Amino acid sequence: MNYDWSWRFLFGPSLTGEGSYVVMLMHGFGWTILISLTAWLIALAFGIALGVARTLPRGVLRRFATLYVHLFRNTPLLVQLFLWYFVLPEWLPKAWGDTLKSMNLVLNQVLTVLLCLSLYTAAKVAEHVRAGIASLPAGQYRAAQALGFGVIASYRHVVLPQAFRIALPPLTSELMNVFKNSAVAMTIGLMELTGTSRQVSEFSGHPFEAFAFATLGYMLIALVAARVMRVIEARSRISGATQT
Amino acid sequence: MISHRAPDSLSTWRAAILIAVIALLVSCGKPPPKEISTLDKIRTTGVITLGIRETSVPFSYLDDAQQQAGYAWEIANRVATAVKRDLKLDTLAIHTFVVTPQTRIPLVANQTVDLECSSTTHDRERERQVGFSSSFYLTGPRMLVRRDSPVRDWSDLRGKRAVVSSGTTAELALRKLDRERGLDIEIMLAKDIGENFMTVETGRAAASVQDDVILYSNIARARDPSAWQVVGAPLMREAYACMLRKGDVPFKRLVDATIAEMARSGELMQLYTKYFASSLAVKGGVRIDQPLSDDMRELLRQPNDRID
Repeated sequence: MNYDWSWRFLFGPSLTGEGSYVVMLMHGFGWTILISLTAWLIALAFGIALGVARTLPRGVLRRFATLYVHLFRNTPLLVQLFLWYFVLPEWLPKAWGDTLKSMNLVLNQVLTVLLCLSLYTAAKVAEHVRAGIASLPAGQYRAAQALGFGVIASYRHVVLPQAFRIALPPLTSELMNVFKNSAVAMTIGLMELTGTSRQVSEFSGHPFEAFAFATLGYMLIALVAARVMRVIEARSRISGATQT
Repeated sequence: MISHRAPDSLSTWRAAILIAVIALLVSCGKPPPKEISTLDKIRTTGVITLGIRETSVPFSYLDDAQQQAGYAWEIANRVATAVKRDLKLDTLAIHTFVVTPQTRIPLVANQTVDLECSSTTHDRERERQVGFSSSFYLTGPRMLVRRDSPVRDWSDLRGKRAVVSSGTTAELALRKLDRERGLDIEIMLAKDIGENFMTVETGRAAASVQDDVILYSNIARARDPSAWQVVGAPLMREAYACMLRKGDVPFKRLVDATIAEMARSGELMQLYTKYFASSLAVKGGVRIDQPLSDDMRELLRQPNDRID
């Protein structure tokens, strides 16, 4: 193939006049980490609540959680982001929509992406938590009830400690997915890792290197995430307990 | 019992580092430059592969009947005919390959696509990876604004928001203008042509900055074309050309000769009229209606591969 491979261009001044290409890419890398981790924390908190609600015996909460999960898990993330960013301000009363559109640009983009990504990921987290709870023998919950625990106490002391341990491995995959999913941010102009590598690829005339850089970046994130989750898994293991 | 401290955790790291190192080594080792002749390849295989776009109206696109059409697509076909005549082939199969702005350069460089004629700007950075034919179209970034907008020229953008597609030459030109004239423009980035227009249509930006031909085709497809207009002098001159393998002199000569012949015979001007001043079979019929600039008139008379 007739291609001029060179990594040196990364350190040359960028055509945008804002430092070198490697600075641009690192900037994108930073956005990817920031939005993904924040969205993950929100999604974790909200998703756990939803997952628990899905296992409750009947009630409004359970129906809401089920509807929510189906709605957010079964529509493409890209479509959801489009709705939040382009359609929502048109549906709101005009004054509200205009406020949204004229607020600080980057803040508006970041908030929209965080909202979209965490609501979407929460639905995924909820399913993993629900599966974790469902995989426990029903006797666990009933035994807790028999011992006089209320619903909240049964979940808090008996069901959830076991369910979380079971849900950890699938949650690790979900964590990795958040980082990859965060690439949708570029569709509304927030230049994260994928967005900046596309930009750099166009400006520098070195598309392969730019995308290789992004690949290595995502790989690094995934490896670190897997490593951290593995430590958490090992630390939270109850010695002598059999994994169900 | 399953051990949680999985024994493979260290080897995963080793494998990942190994892959990264191999990738780096492969990419650093420069292969000896070898002459790639597109014409030889076509002679041996009996096939020419043309890069096409799906929505680059009016350059290369699928029309309402799902047929490939476009100003640049027709030029690419004339080149294929010329290749067949030049190589004295009995039959020449024309294969097409859909490309996007992100894939077109790698696909030409790695020989998947022999010739890519669409809306690709010929610029210095790209010359490092690929070669370019004579230009067949001249354009430049201008502004799309609402007819009732106070923005009439670049200086009116002071302190306002303008949207531009990220990674384009228009983005660079706009940043340069902003820096040099201290206009304090708030630059919004859009991923693609569609998002770009939507941003200005929903009032998030005061102006959309793109190559003027894209602006005219956006107006043609807008819900209310009369609400929009194109203003401002072009920020720079951009030349669209066919992309081919870098350093392939005989093939470039043939492509250039074909375009020059089309200019001489007046065919290029006919194609211009057909695609830029008549109704196109897209979305039930749109007209680009772009006035012919003096630069463009000159190019249609005497095609060249000059840039800036």
